[in-house]
Amino acid sequence: MNWLAKLEKIDRRWIFLGVALVVAAPLLLGLKTSVDITPPVKNTYEAIDRLPPGSVVMVSIDYDASTMPENQPMLLAVLRHAFQKNLKIILMGHWPLGLPVGTLGLDQVAREMHKTYGVDYVNLGFRPGTAAVMVNLGTEIRNVFPSDYKGVPLDSLEMVKNVHNYNDIRLLVGIEAGDTYEFWIIYVQARFGLKMAMGTTAVMAPTAYKYLQSGQLVGLIGGLKGAAEYESLIAHPGIGLAGMPAQSAGHLLIILFIILGNIGYFLSRRKKA
Amino acid sequence: MMKREIPLLITFLTGLLMVVQFFVPHRPIGQIGTGVLSWYTIIAGFTLLLGIDSLVGMHLKKLQRKQSGWGYSIMLILGLLLALGLGIFSEIKYGSALAFGSPFMYLYTYMMVPLQATMFSLLAFFIASAAYRAFRARTLEASLLLVAAMIVMLGRVPLGAAIWGKFPILAEWIMTVPNAAATRGILIGVALGGLAMSLRILLGIERTYLS
Repeated sequence: MNWLAKLEKIDRRWIFLGVALVVAAPLLLGLKTSVDITPPVKNTYEAIDRLPPGSVVMVSIDYDASTMPENQPMLLAVLRHAFQKNLKIILMGHWPLGLPVGTLGLDQVAREMHKTYGVDYVNLGFRPGTAAVMVNLGTEIRNVFPSDYKGVPLDSLEMVKNVHNYNDIRLLVGIEAGDTYEFWIIYVQARFGLKMAMGTTAVMAPTAYKYLQSGQLVGLIGGLKGAAEYESLIAHPGIGLAGMPAQSAGHLLIILFIILGNIGYFLSRRKKA
Repeated sequence: MMKREIPLLITFLTGLLMVVQFFVPHRPIGQIGTGVLSWYTIIAGFTLLLGIDSLVGMHLKKLQRKQSGWGYSIMLILGLLLALGLGIFSEIKYGSALAFGSPFMYLYTYMMVPLQATMFSLLAFFIASAAYRAFRARTLEASLLLVAAMIVMLGRVPLGAAIWGKFPILAEWIMTVPNAAATRGILIGVALGGLAMSLRILLGIERTYLS
């Protein structure tokens, strides 16, 4: 009885050790698993899949290195799918420290799939001002980005010669770690009617469901699980799928600790009564 | 009087212009609105410089006074100078700081990424510890939250589906129905609050930004 009551007061260092072990072990052992596909991820996949070749997709990098393990697999999966479908990519971002992460991902996938800069994809870079930048892009991209991230004028890049505003973009995919995605919805989806899908961290995903339901988002990739689902859909396993056993074990351990804490709580309450 | 009235008038006129240009995007109003947004972007750029100035100033003061943790201030300033130096060098030599293989990207990939990812990954440990300590079925509401959280946690990983095939469906339902309803309610409240605050600022009732 006494030791059961102690369950309420497990030293947090044991919890830390438990989390470290259950997360590290599946990764080190290279365990593999499959995932079920949820409708929000499938809808994102289909929104990209249905676009005719040559359509322009804008990808917004609204995260940085801190959530890279969660967001980067989404970016890579979406880019691989888009390039497979011969879509054109315009990359930009609202997080100053996120641009290098986006550039790394775009360069990696473009190299893998033998895509050419300026013909198949363009990297616009970062401009401060979030909402102001978004609204201004609706009038003319060159008002905000007269040149790409290297300073090359947009008019000299074949792919974007005829791309002026959201009318020339078929879909926006935001890879998000904060509330920037809400700015996209409020200032761009509502005003310009641009079709958009978001890939958010798992903690942000619940807040995005209301926009899915209202039809303002066509799809949602939520957390590492969402990335794993997308990797399954394009049949290109990556970090998302590799992380699933570790995430499963982590969730199970947290549930176990919650149950233990509650057993201890009820036992100590009964003892006091 | 002028010190107060003129800024209020500028705020009112600018706010009004932005409201009108939202509904009338045609020339000349739309064009003026676009110009104002460009100014905003330029000002936002300068706020980044202001932020750097404030950060460096604070840490230099800390160094001068030898306050506790001044060693970290040295690291911060050195890190800032190193990133700035490598960024400028990469721009000159590689044409862009973000060019593949540039020293700036090396610094970013092998220092910034692991450091930031490490900081963020600590969240997993603290969430586990906090969930263990705080998630108690003390009341009916807390119990409902507890059960919902467990279903979502299991439904969002493949192991949950392996335990019971209905966990993902239940988790998706919780996210789509009760969760969406609650977050939508909060959002409507926030939007109404934002609207009221905007009107207060436009009409000069809310003046705290002037102080």
